[in-house]
Amino acid sequence: MDNKCPENVLEVIQTSELLVKVMEKKKQGLRLAQACAAVTEGHTQLSYSFANDEDFGLTTLRIVLEDNEEVPSITEIIPYAFFYENEMKELFGVNIKMINLDYNNKLYRIEEDTPFLPKGKEEA
Amino acid sequence: MADKRFRIMNYAPVALKNLFSKPVTTTYPAEPFVYPERSRGHVDIDIDDCIGCGMCVRCCPPGALSVNKNAGTWTIDRFDCIACGFCVTKCPKKCLHIVPGYQEPGGEKTAVTYTKSPEVLAAEAKKREEMAKKAAEAKAAKEAAEKAKAAEATEKA
Amino acid sequence: MGKRSVIPFGPQHPVLPEPIHLDLVVEDEKVVEAIPSVGFVHRGLESLVTKKDFNTMAYVAERTCGICSFMHGMGYCECVENMMGVEVPIRAKFLRTIWSEMSRVHSHLLWLGLLADGFGHENLFYQCWRIRERILDMLEMTTGGRCIFSVNQVGGVLKDIPDDMLKSIEEAITDIEAELKVVQKTLLYDYTVKSRLCGVGILTKEQAHDLGTVGPFMRASGIKSDMRLRGYDAYPYLDFEPITSDDCDCYARCDVRTREIFQAIDLIRQAIAKMPSETDLAVQVKDKPSGEYFMRVEQPRGEAVYYTKGNGSMFLDRMRIRTPTFANLPGLCETLKGADLADVGLLVITIDPCVSCTER
Repeated sequence: MDNKCPENVLEVIQTSELLVKVMEKKKQGLRLAQACAAVTEGHTQLSYSFANDEDFGLTTLRIVLEDNEEVPSITEIIPYAFFYENEMKELFGVNIKMINLDYNNKLYRIEEDTPFLPKGKEEA
Repeated sequence: MADKRFRIMNYAPVALKNLFSKPVTTTYPAEPFVYPERSRGHVDIDIDDCIGCGMCVRCCPPGALSVNKNAGTWTIDRFDCIACGFCVTKCPKKCLHIVPGYQEPGGEKTAVTYTKSPEVLAAEAKKREEMAKKAAEAKAAKEAAEKAKAAEATEKA
Repeated sequence: MGKRSVIPFGPQHPVLPEPIHLDLVVEDEKVVEAIPSVGFVHRGLESLVTKKDFNTMAYVAERTCGICSFMHGMGYCECVENMMGVEVPIRAKFLRTIWSEMSRVHSHLLWLGLLADGFGHENLFYQCWRIRERILDMLEMTTGGRCIFSVNQVGGVLKDIPDDMLKSIEEAITDIEAELKVVQKTLLYDYTVKSRLCGVGILTKEQAHDLGTVGPFMRASGIKSDMRLRGYDAYPYLDFEPITSDDCDCYARCDVRTREIFQAIDLIRQAIAKMPSETDLAVQVKDKPSGEYFMRVEQPRGEAVYYTKGNGSMFLDRMRIRTPTFANLPGLCETLKGADLADVGLLVITIDPCVSCTER
């Protein structure tokens, strides 16, 4: 157990910083491991995790959104993020602008809008 | 680009061997399959040991169980049950078991209800009656004591 | 320049066990672009986390996928354990490692069979699946299920593997190794296989990194990375090296996976030899989870990311599973560019797609 991998790192940032930070991570040669949304205490939060394949570190960028706040798409920098962003948009109703391949809420062929939002939150 | 690693007719020995050996598959219904001891087939209950606590109902992932404490019944929808065995680990009386033997397919979903045997039910009813009686007695005694206390208080005054 | 047209591929297709749809833009016989679309089997397992308590959820998480089911249950449990700061007994760690490696053997054998079927060698497909049957029997003997094992719980494992069973596992993997060596001769060194696989669907090292691919798909492009080296479970006690190939084509993917089966067999042997004598299988978990954690495990198809977030009650706020196929789809679309139309089915198979777990 001598070569323990580094602990997960969490960086809370502002929405406006997102693209700059993502660019920084990409320049460091990190790989986007996952991106997801979650709802806690009435706020939607987005997590973008970047994995380092050399030392197995995982850095997560976290933004907490105000109601209906617009988020810039990171697909300009990381094209393959379109799956994650479409998923966030469809399941949580996150307002993401300019995804390079936008499925317009038809990634998962489901009838309900934003099924993962807690009940009573959809009104916005 | 001639790569020395690659050859033709590599599969021929296997094919020839297959031609002259017995089939791997068995003639299943004629030759019965022996399930291993740990096989998770279906959930079984020793219904007389059940105390109707409802632990299994609360932990069941698909919600296939229901229990009625007063009637002494335990119901399982075998078509919903996923045979995960979580109820077996949760049961405080260890009266649930997971045993080999899969649920057979059917035309429609049916639930199976297990009822406790009449002797156990009678014994339980008797016990409950006794408990109620005891509780009533205790209540009466308490009330009497309170009355006496109140009377004492008024006397003193 | 030839005439452009769009050919739909899937969701029902002979090579696909599960539904995925690709819109292929073709120019004569060459694919120019591929646009994937999933979403035929979305089940919403992740949202169940707000309705089932975190212990019950282990059984739900396991049912994300039918092939790497053990790893899904394990990944979820380890994520919650890490979040709550629970240390699992050492024997449970070794048992989890043995079961994961057995799952890897069975998943890779399944894939080799599908690949053989994909390139038209029906008989080889039978052989691979016949060998796989042996490992399924071992899994059924130790856990009680052939595909869904239900042996994980938050805090450890539910069942032990006693010594006699360990011995029969060892015998079984020895047999599998011998049988696989026979099949491997055809699978890797036959002339027909060479003409079908070599040089098809090339994904260079740079592309593999830029597209965020994971698992054997990435290692076949020469990137030396394996989440098992991250040192979860009993892997720090075992000795292994990630298997890579520099060919970057379909043949490399087949080669990497075949060698990974031998590696997994070796890891099972090591784990059995180093099995600790402690008998504790699980620790009692009494607290309610709060906080959050990201857990990554190496599944047969590659790295899977689990994210759980608790709020101090029995119900978690969020569980998220990023399955390996989700990350490999962009890589697949890249390999499809410039491929022959006849190779599309084969290329889809080579990423080992698991569409149902992609959509959860």
